[in-house]
Amino acid sequence: MQDLSLFLLDLVQNSIRAGAGLVKIDIHENEKRDWLSIDIADDGRGMDDKTIKMVMDPFYTTRTTRKVGLGIPLFVAAVERCQGNVTIESTAGRGTKLKSGFLLRHVDRPPFGRLDSTVTTLIMCNPGIDFVYCHKTDSGIFTLDTREIREIMGEIPLEHPDVIGWIETYIRDGLKEIDGGVS
Amino acid sequence: MKTLKELEEIRQRTLEAINLRKDRNGIRVVVGMATCGIAAGARNVLTGLIDQIRDRRIQHITVAQTGCIGVCRYEPMVEVYYPGEEKVTYVNMTPEKVERVVTEHLVNGSPVTEYTIGAAEKIH
Repeated sequence: MQDLSLFLLDLVQNSIRAGAGLVKIDIHENEKRDWLSIDIADDGRGMDDKTIKMVMDPFYTTRTTRKVGLGIPLFVAAVERCQGNVTIESTAGRGTKLKSGFLLRHVDRPPFGRLDSTVTTLIMCNPGIDFVYCHKTDSGIFTLDTREIREIMGEIPLEHPDVIGWIETYIRDGLKEIDGGVS
Repeated sequence: MKTLKELEEIRQRTLEAINLRKDRNGIRVVVGMATCGIAAGARNVLTGLIDQIRDRRIQHITVAQTGCIGVCRYEPMVEVYYPGEEKVTYVNMTPEKVERVVTEHLVNGSPVTEYTIGAAEKIH
């Protein structure tokens, strides 16, 4: 994966496949502490302890179209290169929380990439799922909650081209305002 | 800076158009979005597709994603479903190729044969 926004897009696919109705993405850039955390929480079907251990293994996957599952192992490798760690907490039937933290200014830290594009893609392709995206930096917080947008839009689906276009610009402007996802 | 208030305007603007489209029998376009697809550039392909559909105001098209289709070497892959017809699978897609598929296949109804999996398998 070239950048963090692509890792994020890939990791959230696990929440989607777990049948989540709500996915929360939290990104915190802490310049002062030189720490970057990326957390994903969903209310999907969750996993038991045995399965949690297995998802770190590249040769574990629930899909049937191929025999390897590289999403989480690739992310863990990238995080560990930046002196960080990944933890996964899950309760069967309740949901899963993936937490990661690593050095923000580490030389191997992948660039953020297009976070606006990743979040927009997720919303566009998953009409049945709500997303809360919260991005925190030293200069502020940006939050996007699709439940809020749905309330305003009523019967207009969020995947309508005009709405999707608005969401993408809203995220881009919001991140710019707080100097988020720049480097 | 965009505000939520603008959404209200979009809502008003699109309300009528939406009603016209309710009982559509439209085209479905699906992009493979598993690790293999994403690493190969599927997000840009999908974004390109959405931009094209928006800019050209094309109606009756649903864009969706799917997991791994099983032939990862051909990612990014795009499948086009016309109602009542066999699906067309495009392989090794790029935003540039998407432009041609939108014009020739989604607008004019004739598949771009040279980008399909059938054409790719003949070469290899």
